[in-house]
Amino acid sequence: MDLKPNDKLDIREILSDLENYAPKRRGWVWRDQVGKQKIGPFEYNDCSTDLENSVGIPSSRYFKGLDPQPKEVITTEIASGRFEDDIRRMRMSAWHGADHIMVIRTAGQSHMDQLIEGTPQGIGGIPISRKQVRAHRKALDIIEEEVGRPINYHSYVSGEAGPDIAVMFAEEGVNGAHQDPQYNVLYRNINMVRSFVDAAEAKKVMAWAGIAQIDGAHNANATAREAWKVMPELMVQHGLNSIFSAKIGMKKENICLSTVPPTAAPAPALKFDLPYAVALREFFTEYRMRAQQNTKYITSSSREATVTHVLNMLVSRLTSADIQSTITPDEGRNVPWHIYNIEACDNAKQTLVGLDSLMDMIELKTDGYLMEEKREIQERAVLYLEEIIEVGGYFEAVEKGFFVDSGKYPERNGDGIARDIHGGLAAGTVYERDEDYMAPVTAHYGNNNIAQYDEKYVDNPSGLIGGCSFEDRDLIQFIDELDEEDNVNTRLDETERYRNSDIIKPEVEWLGDGTVQVDLFLPTDQRHAKYAALEFAKHMNLNEAEVIHIEVMHPSEGTRIQVKGKIDFEVDLSTLEIPPEPVLLDFDELRGFVKNRPVKIVAGTLGEDEHSVGLREIIDIKHGGIEKYGFDVKYLGTSVKVEKIIDAAIEENADVILGSTIISHDDVHYKLMKRLHEVAVEKGIRDDVIICCGGTQVTPEIAVKQGIDAGFGRDSHGVNVATYIVEELRRRDK
Amino acid sequence: MKKLLDRKDDFLVRRKHLEGVSDQALKEKFWKLAEEIVDPMIELGKTHTTPSIERSVLIRMGFSSLEAKPLVEMTVDHGLIGKGLGHIVYVVSKEKNMSIREAGLALIEGEHWDFIIDYFNKRGEK
Repeated sequence: MDLKPNDKLDIREILSDLENYAPKRRGWVWRDQVGKQKIGPFEYNDCSTDLENSVGIPSSRYFKGLDPQPKEVITTEIASGRFEDDIRRMRMSAWHGADHIMVIRTAGQSHMDQLIEGTPQGIGGIPISRKQVRAHRKALDIIEEEVGRPINYHSYVSGEAGPDIAVMFAEEGVNGAHQDPQYNVLYRNINMVRSFVDAAEAKKVMAWAGIAQIDGAHNANATAREAWKVMPELMVQHGLNSIFSAKIGMKKENICLSTVPPTAAPAPALKFDLPYAVALREFFTEYRMRAQQNTKYITSSSREATVTHVLNMLVSRLTSADIQSTITPDEGRNVPWHIYNIEACDNAKQTLVGLDSLMDMIELKTDGYLMEEKREIQERAVLYLEEIIEVGGYFEAVEKGFFVDSGKYPERNGDGIARDIHGGLAAGTVYERDEDYMAPVTAHYGNNNIAQYDEKYVDNPSGLIGGCSFEDRDLIQFIDELDEEDNVNTRLDETERYRNSDIIKPEVEWLGDGTVQVDLFLPTDQRHAKYAALEFAKHMNLNEAEVIHIEVMHPSEGTRIQVKGKIDFEVDLSTLEIPPEPVLLDFDELRGFVKNRPVKIVAGTLGEDEHSVGLREIIDIKHGGIEKYGFDVKYLGTSVKVEKIIDAAIEENADVILGSTIISHDDVHYKLMKRLHEVAVEKGIRDDVIICCGGTQVTPEIAVKQGIDAGFGRDSHGVNVATYIVEELRRRDK
Repeated sequence: MKKLLDRKDDFLVRRKHLEGVSDQALKEKFWKLAEEIVDPMIELGKTHTTPSIERSVLIRMGFSSLEAKPLVEMTVDHGLIGKGLGHIVYVVSKEKNMSIREAGLALIEGEHWDFIIDYFNKRGEK
């Protein structure tokens, strides 16, 4: 499937012939590490190669579309419950710089003791089934061609069906996965022995498939009562999963620590986060860092989450990160929406590019608080390990509630998560292998008595049966759908009206979901504001309205509120009256016109307004302004009174008056335009002069209503103004 | 619920033996201890199996998840999971001259179980 930027992804086409689709490749891909390089006018030290197709951050338009890509892999977490809608979000994210697409699983999948099949709708994630994974990988195989960079696809190898999922991921070309038996034990209450025995097999399979592993230690941070106190335990959890994985056979460069800066402002966050980050990186030199954002202290404020993210990325750059995760700024209030995935990717790109070359200019101190604190965390972690051995090992330590205790080890508050070695889900399902135990497959861990049948296949067990699915894809059994109602085909039919048609509705996660967000400031206290907001929402025809964020501006003066709700009307694009895009005259034509018919212009910033940049950009030859076409411009400066500019126009016998109006408070910009027109009439020159005004807050249609001839808004350049003047003069001169 | 440990921070006492240990030596100690902790679990992984491991073996041998689950459950019921699911299917395939897939599907249908029990009993006697 050849995808063009102007074409939408056809979900039905992705789903067609899926049973025969084979992924392009296996294994994780890191970004190209380029080192020093020139991109546009700048030299960068910490960027990778540019994309072939991308969308830069908004300000890239001031830099000729410059869109450098940081050297870190950038993650975006996507999971709306409908994998078919997630595919579109993956494409948008990839264009904004994501190359690690992490798909969250539906609630409860950890406790399913088998694979899920088909495409049922999920809650807070998608049910990870072979069909959904294959469709996603197929879509990403297309999208990565479009953006020109490999995209890693990622989900979870945990829960009771870890090995099953690992095998399916290996077969389907999944590139990254969370795998950490401690997660099963502590947070999913799955029997600890089962979790570790399963993990050994799952990790062996992941190692074979080159799947990068991310551990689950960050959950201790998110669960603990006071997150900054679990730093020693985080080191321990990272250490145990890492060494366990390496001993199973996973390459250390594919073992990534999910590390979170433990705290957040208003705590003096870097005083904790930086020593911790240094302590960790010093011990785990051979492993990779997946820098996750702190979510423990996330609230419904998307602004605050963004700042936390940026501070966390500062820590990434002060130390190191191989994968930079992004938590969407709306994570604290709902399952992430499209726009916030994009915001998160842009936040990462903007911050990391902005911090380029930081460590070439500064360095961390090698003595004092930072090093003392670092050493203390490391010592506490070592003491932690010593006590685990002292009590008899890992399982015994879990039984005694060592983990996720709110005390900063060795302090203990008796509130850890304790599990029974014989308890938990799937307890009693671990069986000893007999002497003649055998599994004639590739990437099987542990005792495997192949020799009893054929010595020749001891190092290649699947040879005994002529190869397994890891050698021969034809062996894979593809199951399409199991549920006649709850599947993607039904969902696509239901939203068909909005697919590849002219009918559109606003959406946040699913095609046609009709959800919108409204920002309000209400001049009252929080409690009243909340209920008033819902009343306003009702009047705005929002169904199922809900307050998703509320913030005190002042206890009595006002409250900031964000409301979401659904609208049940749609827009037919084919019925819209859209004015044609303005046609701009080219250089030769403009220059030629002015050569034959000299044009005199007087210009200035009107009123009490000292802004000069905008107007200078329109005028000055060095900024690509209109002077280059030969216009004769008399610039009067800033804070020019209306009467003065009219007098200047009379004196100069000007053809055009160009007024800049930046300040827009109380509509003063439009009032000035009206005044300009009126004074020109009073002085009897209105018919002889073209009056144009521009500014960042100017809407052309409203400007013209003030009586002037043309208005220019924020996206106008010299050529727009020049084209207008030339065409207007041609019309008048006729 | 059993009472979990309550303890004041005695870091300064506990750390006495780490005083003067170099940063490098401390790091090595961390990894040595971590390894010591995971070693018994690594061993467990070698010597034990679980239903999900056995399902994952069957999936690699060309069975669907819907086939693997009941087959593993039947094997557990027959007390034969210690042999390995792949082993059982392999023996039926070899001895009954069937493909691997045919052998597994026949077992799901309840066939050949007597044969397989007998097969392992006889080998056990040898």
